[in-house]
Amino acid sequence: MTYSLRINGEDRAVQDATISESLLFVLRERLGLPGTKGACEQGECGSCTVVMDGEAVCSCLVLAAGAVGADIRTVESISPPGEYNAVQEAFITEGGVQCGFCTPGLVVAVQHLLDRTHDPSDLEIKEAISGNICRCTGYGRVFAAVRAARDARRAGAS
Amino acid sequence: MSTATRTDAPPRAGTLGDSARRPDAGPKVQGRFSFSSDAWATNMLWGATLRSTHAHARIVSIDVSAALAINGVSCVLTADDVPGKPTYGLIDADQPVFARDVVRYVGEPLAAVAADHPETCLRALEAIRVEYEPLAPLTDVMRAVDPATPAIHPRGNVLRHQRIRRGDPTATGPIVVEGTYEIGMQDQAFLGLEAALALPDDDGAGLELYVATQWLHEDRKQIAECLGIEPERVRLTLGGVGGAFGAREDISLQVHCSLLCLRTRRPIKMQYGREESFLGHVHRHPARIWMRHHAERDGTIVKVEAKFWLDGGAYASTSAAVLINAITHAQGPYRCEHAVVDGWALRTNNPPCGAMRGFGVVQACFAHESQMDRIAAAAGLDPVEVRLRNAMRTGDRLITGQVIDSVAPVERCIRETAEIPLPPPLPDRPDPLELPGGSGLAAEPSRVRRGVGWGVSIKNLMYSEGFDDSSTARVQLSGGIATLEFATAEVGQGFLVLAQQIARSVLGVDQVVLAPIRTYVGSAGSTSASRQTWMSGGAVDGACRIARERLFEAVGEEHGIDPIRLAIEGTDVVDTAGTLRVPVADATAGRTFFGDFEHHHRPTTELDADGQGDCHVAFAFVAHRAVVDVDLDLGLVKVVQVATAQDVGRVLNPLAAIGQLEGGIAQGLGLAVMEEIVLQDGRMRNPTFTDYLLPTSLDAPEVVARFVEEPEPMAPLGAKGIGEPPCISVTPAIVAAIRAASGRDLVRVPVRPQDVCLSGPALAPSSGC
Repeated sequence: MTYSLRINGEDRAVQDATISESLLFVLRERLGLPGTKGACEQGECGSCTVVMDGEAVCSCLVLAAGAVGADIRTVESISPPGEYNAVQEAFITEGGVQCGFCTPGLVVAVQHLLDRTHDPSDLEIKEAISGNICRCTGYGRVFAAVRAARDARRAGAS
Repeated sequence: MSTATRTDAPPRAGTLGDSARRPDAGPKVQGRFSFSSDAWATNMLWGATLRSTHAHARIVSIDVSAALAINGVSCVLTADDVPGKPTYGLIDADQPVFARDVVRYVGEPLAAVAADHPETCLRALEAIRVEYEPLAPLTDVMRAVDPATPAIHPRGNVLRHQRIRRGDPTATGPIVVEGTYEIGMQDQAFLGLEAALALPDDDGAGLELYVATQWLHEDRKQIAECLGIEPERVRLTLGGVGGAFGAREDISLQVHCSLLCLRTRRPIKMQYGREESFLGHVHRHPARIWMRHHAERDGTIVKVEAKFWLDGGAYASTSAAVLINAITHAQGPYRCEHAVVDGWALRTNNPPCGAMRGFGVVQACFAHESQMDRIAAAAGLDPVEVRLRNAMRTGDRLITGQVIDSVAPVERCIRETAEIPLPPPLPDRPDPLELPGGSGLAAEPSRVRRGVGWGVSIKNLMYSEGFDDSSTARVQLSGGIATLEFATAEVGQGFLVLAQQIARSVLGVDQVVLAPIRTYVGSAGSTSASRQTWMSGGAVDGACRIARERLFEAVGEEHGIDPIRLAIEGTDVVDTAGTLRVPVADATAGRTFFGDFEHHHRPTTELDADGQGDCHVAFAFVAHRAVVDVDLDLGLVKVVQVATAQDVGRVLNPLAAIGQLEGGIAQGLGLAVMEEIVLQDGRMRNPTFTDYLLPTSLDAPEVVARFVEEPEPMAPLGAKGIGEPPCISVTPAIVAAIRAASGRDLVRVPVRPQDVCLSGPALAPSSGC
């Protein structure tokens, strides 16, 4: 089957696809957007997080053919190559990256949190990323990164 | 946050001692870093593996004809299609590439297919007809160790037995305490699933393999043997690695992917899903450990007796080495003159077990630290005092007779941990997210009790038992730019940035280019055993020092200065006895200085029949104190704080180091309270992230860490490996804290809710500290 998805503001044709394919599979294997990662296929780990019509979702649980008409934003939309937004910069400088496999999903989830919550508390941060499993960092440097991004914005706003 | 106190001037940006920026962090935050699962080639096919559904069965027949008839299927391979050695394995090559006559565990590979789409692969796997004759599975180590039990493999059920006898076996003391402990099967659960891309080379007689692994050259050796071709025809490049923790030390899909590639002469991509990943890699050995300590009335340890039974599963993997690590660490970081220890690694029809962070020492530590608290109780000491009283020092001996000549600041680790302030008590009206059960909103605050517990550990660094371990690196210095080449697997630990830091420090450059990680240079050994900072760090350091000597010779000759007077200061070559100062960029303009170095650690020996010998290279130490809140009615646990002081030798990158400590602590927390592969008749009941629970951000405790910096003279950079110690003694510390809060005598990990709230009458809870 052939259909079109709206990814990062562009209409992208998906050709000769099987109807059972997940949004994660289509992004990675058909549309050349491998930034979104797959690690559990059950919506448990958050590595495949994308924003769909303003909601953070696990793209492994979304049927791609069912996402026609939705506005889908992936990690590739957050910054152009070689440039980092505040969240990405904070992950780099605060040590939030080790193996990096969970990182794209975390970056999308954190950006989504900061987009909808002006000044999240530490506990709100913990809860917001509790669907993103990181096996390397133990979350300490991830929290530090999110707090740094939050505090930078707070300082910028004042 | 870490609080290593430094009085010297801050290091130059990007050099050793600085929290230098990882070169891979930028691409990773953008989703532009290429993991092995992102590899892709024009005209590629997908590969997939057929696995046994029986824990133990005779294979009557395998019929692949229906699979081959499916449109889009290119080939199906079975044991008959393996041109070289039919088995692989790290120590004893006893794991069949494909099972031929017998399957010995659920998940054992039987066949591999190549097809045009992952869905076609799945249909092909379903179409393969395997007729089994089921056999009784052997799934209990206590039966496996019984000589009367029929062997499930021609090499028998005992993968290895080793004993340790030291001192007087009759020695005893007024205090005798014992326990039998169990450790469940933990999974490494890296996030980046197994994946590889194999590309046939031009003449079809060899291949290029992009793969996520811990040890490129060992993979190449095993692949080439099974393919029956020269190792030079198998060229490996490290695909981006999404974590490892030991699970990528053994072969998983490498041989299958390569076989499909050679057969089809097409690029083959293979990647596991999560369930197949659970089946396709080795796990931490489940263990049963009996331990008895004899001590003086004041708590001084006299003798340790122990028996270890490690479940190696169906094939050998590294069980023999894991066993030696477990039994040689039975005393923990404590002086002990007398020992009677026996250990068995056993073959069963459970999934194969092998390397996982901590490698046998995790199991031993849970037992010896539980015992230390029993000694403390019998001697009327608190958990800190009993450990200080017995703390090992440099010059003490292991129960193998080996003298601990590493820096051994055990006492300092304990004292610095004890100095870390305890967290504030649970507030009167806590946010439910801060209670045991977290977002489940389950706990009743009035039934929550707090407990404190301790754990201290010793961990060997590098490989043991006479293995001549080495790592190779090469550097080119030209125009103020250093280019490094090595085969060290970056699995997330941060070796890439460390290598750059070393080159910047030694050569006085700012720009360090890293060549692809591949088998075009000599082996770097495995990224495991906390060894790469020491081994590959030593290799990069050595290579850079050679290039620097050559630079000094050239500059010295040009300026009529004895090269011995030259040094690097910042980014300049300077005459330490004169006025010459030349920027390295100028001194290396238009010419190239090379350095090649192979770093070896000092030799070790095998153990003799009584387990005596200098089998380990060096040791690191760490202390952990855990604070937990426990819901007594529901058995739920919240780890509130982990305090730690770790013997690191020297901190080379503070940000990377704290990341290792926090990450290891989270994995040890997982083993303490949630992570276990549950087996029933050899079958995994929970091979998914829905059912195998991993610590999330809401489970993460506050970690307060201190680095104990006493540079290790034996280490090339003064730094000890820091990867494994964080995950070892935190597990018993958390369990001790749960015991203190609940009064339960907990003897197995992970501690399950029912162990806390449904296991009979509790003793009176104590503060535990």
